[in-house]
Amino acid sequence: MARNGGVAWMRTTEKIDGYDLSTSDTEEVHVLAVDDSLVDRKVIERLLRISSCKVTAVDSGRRALQYLGLDEEIQKKETNGFDGLKVDLIITDYCMPGMTGYELLKKVKESSAFREIPVVIMSSENVIARIDRCLEKGAEDFIVKPVKLSDVKRIIDYTTTELREGEQRGARARRRGINKRKQREGDDDLSSSPPSTLSSSTSSSPSSSIQSATAPLSPSTLDSPTRRLKMTSSE
Amino acid sequence: MDLVQLQRQLVDYRTSLYHEGFLDEQFTQLQSLQDENNPDFVVEVVSLFFEDSERLLNELSKALEQQVIDFKRMDAQVHQLKGSSSSIGAHRVQKLCIVFRNYCEAQNVEGCLKCLQQVKHEYGIIKTKLESMFQLEQQILNAGGSIPV
Repeated sequence: MARNGGVAWMRTTEKIDGYDLSTSDTEEVHVLAVDDSLVDRKVIERLLRISSCKVTAVDSGRRALQYLGLDEEIQKKETNGFDGLKVDLIITDYCMPGMTGYELLKKVKESSAFREIPVVIMSSENVIARIDRCLEKGAEDFIVKPVKLSDVKRIIDYTTTELREGEQRGARARRRGINKRKQREGDDDLSSSPPSTLSSSTSSSPSSSIQSATAPLSPSTLDSPTRRLKMTSSE
Repeated sequence: MDLVQLQRQLVDYRTSLYHEGFLDEQFTQLQSLQDENNPDFVVEVVSLFFEDSERLLNELSKALEQQVIDFKRMDAQVHQLKGSSSSIGAHRVQKLCIVFRNYCEAQNVEGCLKCLQQVKHEYGIIKTKLESMFQLEQQILNAGGSIPV
């Protein structure tokens, strides 16, 4: 099934450069799913597991923030949430009592620690204004409910691509860092490293430049069927 | 009834549920998510749907008995019911919820009462039909057969 294919793919990536590329502790994408509906939580959990993801499902925006360690009222115990697992993607319902998915999106994108995490919004309502508002706030994608396996697979595909590209950029940056150090120590400046956005970065450590190199919106989101507003029979 | 007959009966029953608009393709989606490692997935999700729906229908009944009716709260509850019925492919219930929401928005008590009765009725039907279908599936499994896709 898909599960084996996903894990094997990730292992291959790690061997390509011969460097230790493990920027995350796990091979699987870890998704934080947020939905107040018990039925929908069960379904999204299954969809994500089939797509080879680790899933943490919570029932409110508030709990999602607590898990991330962003809730002002609860002291952050660990930097990465209760069980120390880094979150690679957030999928949230739009209409929830208390904090809406939009408000959760805002809080995540306004936080310096978590703004790089892609956030996908799910909604049963196919309203252009709503979709636009979410995308403008930095949402990665917008899925119209009911959620299908093809929706989830598409999102996981480009999330893992972005993660992998981030890691490869990181590895290249580390190599360039090593080369530059060698050049400084040596006499000639035989720099053959290609010009890149990373070399112009003002930050000194390669790891932080990985963050800035991540594209805020991949081209594939513009091709997303939801962006083209699929016509559903409901409403 | 022998195994082959049971399997045929199941396929016919399932087909009729789609044909008569009780179920839509989202139910098929759910079935495709079930496998040998997760053989009870559909039953589990549908059970959650039953619990959720009964709770919501009770709350809606109570809401309409109040002196002052909280249409906004009712609308939120119907929205929840619409969502979960859509997620499992309970097509007729979902469609009725859309009509129900319109009545909530219009603050039309008579309309809401009528709709609630209709939703309860349709919910009762789909619950019975799904339970019958699950029973058929169990009979097939007990007879040592596999559930046809």
